Amino acid sequence: MRNWFNRKNIVALLGIVLLYAVVQGLIVFDIMPPFYKLTLILICIYIILSTSLNLINGITGQFSIGHAGFMAVGAYVSAMVTAIMHGPLLLGILTGAVVAALGGLLVGLPTLRLKGDYLAIATLGFGEIVRIVFLNMELVGGAAGFTLPSKITWTWAFLLMVFSVVIIKNFVGSTHGRACIAIRENEIAAESMGVNTTKYKVMAFTIGAFFAGLAGAIYANYMYIIQPGTFSFLKSFDILVMVVLGGLGSITGGIVGAVVYTLISALLAGIPEWRLVITAVFLVVLMIFRPTGIMGTKEFTLGFLGKKGDKNATSKN
Amino acid sequence: MDSISTQIFQQIINGLSLGSIYALIALGYTMVYGIIKLINFAHGDVMMVGAYSGWFAVTVLHLPFLPALLFSMISCALLGVLIERIAYKPLRNASRIAALITAIGVSLFLEYGGMIVVTAQVRTYPPVFPDTRYILGGVYFKYGDIVMLLTAVVLMALLHFTVQYTKVGKAMRAVSYDKDAALLMGINTNNIISFTFAIGSALAAAAGVLMGVYFNTIDPLMGIIPGLKAFVAAVLGGIGIIPGAMVGGLMLGLVESIVSGLGASTWRDAVAFLILILVLIIKPSGLFGKNVREKV
Repeated sequence: MRNWFNRKNIVALLGIVLLYAVVQGLIVFDIMPPFYKLTLILICIYIILSTSLNLINGITGQFSIGHAGFMAVGAYVSAMVTAIMHGPLLLGILTGAVVAALGGLLVGLPTLRLKGDYLAIATLGFGEIVRIVFLNMELVGGAAGFTLPSKITWTWAFLLMVFSVVIIKNFVGSTHGRACIAIRENEIAAESMGVNTTKYKVMAFTIGAFFAGLAGAIYANYMYIIQPGTFSFLKSFDILVMVVLGGLGSITGGIVGAVVYTLISALLAGIPEWRLVITAVFLVVLMIFRPTGIMGTKEFTLGFLGKKGDKNATSKN
Repeated sequence: MDSISTQIFQQIINGLSLGSIYALIALGYTMVYGIIKLINFAHGDVMMVGAYSGWFAVTVLHLPFLPALLFSMISCALLGVLIERIAYKPLRNASRIAALITAIGVSLFLEYGGMIVVTAQVRTYPPVFPDTRYILGGVYFKYGDIVMLLTAVVLMALLHFTVQYTKVGKAMRAVSYDKDAALLMGINTNNIISFTFAIGSALAAAAGVLMGVYFNTIDPLMGIIPGLKAFVAAVLGGIGIIPGAMVGGLMLGLVESIVSGLGASTWRDAVAFLILILVLIIKPSGLFGKNVREKV
């Protein structure tokens, strides 16, 4: 039985609570401008997206660029539950995530036989098909988009973000996560050591899709309007860029990537015509001079606070 | 001839014209992938630049069609080499995903940089061809359609000749077969890779000019969807295989125009991607690809 209340976990918990309380305080006392609040909630959404894509691309070593497709499924399904059927928010979010996970299972089973670039192309194709299906669906407004009330608050977004990161982090540290890392390092070796590679690849893919759907559901229930165009492959690229920017295979790196990328986008929002040009140049330069991303595969841990045994248990690779 | 078969023939003609554009773009994708295993996402945007330089040549320099085509092909060949030298060459030995992200970066740069240079406004392509129509058995052949098909066929024949029968072509094939061995045999692989980018970009530029002529309008984001579809075409035929890209492009064009002809034009992109996924699942190496066994 592991002791959950070691110093490291307590410090992490305190940090999370403090961060939440400070932002919540600023919102409650109306000090925070709306644009900052929007950016903070977007950061939460993108952290979920980049962490879940990191599970597929970084931890399991599969190459998916159709993440926006699962996000779209989550967004639209949850919008249907909350706005058309007037269900409660949590039910909507969960339904969106579960349906996205089912989609992940459905897509993952046949396509995960493919390797490398071919898998990338197949997932890209899937993402585009999802977008076109919603584009042609009159029930959810087609190309014009679907309007729904904004129900997500900072509390919801932050709690769901922490929930997602903790679950994915623990998955990576579990037996299943180790099996996924083994597949990334060498699929054939993993298979000969008795790892059921198909099972773990599909598992990682489904979990990734679940959290992408969750993020999509938060997005839909915050943004007032969702349009199929939002979930094009450019969104998938954005998420991939965050993961690679932070460090492929590092959960904390993915979080850093999501925060940095969203902040850059927000900072450049004042000069919209130059925003993507600067982002593009930044990307190319970063890839040329530091192709492993900001963190590489290293994790930022609070290991220095705990006992020696804890440190070994948490540092990856 | 009854109207249904006329309609079918008409759609086949439209499909072939559209497909020849896809095929031209797909060739660039497939050549670059064949030689450095990079999905060059910026390729569709090179096509956009080609369309704009063709537009510039026709409206500002008042060139006729062929010189305008050549002008745009040469300028894009230079652009292609420039992109390769600045963005891709430093990453020759980096991971695949880093190269892919760079390609996405270059693509965004061309799209939104282009938007700053030429503004986001949609521009109308001048009518470079007379509006003549030929009728054969109830099927319309537009003058433009014929020129487009001819241009595409001539360019593909030229490419085939270059790759199969010239010294540079031989070097290209050698580099794509085994880069290190080619280097040991005294082939300057860097130059050959640049040359491949130049040819691929020139073909994309030609496709861009034809696209502008075909659809009449051009805008800085016009390269995204055709680029993606040309990529589908390249995978369909077997990525890295030149005849595969041609056949894949034509097939994709045909499928699209048939789906549009059936009245489901909003679904035609979905059908294209569905075919892609089916091909990948059933025969991942594409229609013309050989199955390579993995050795431990």
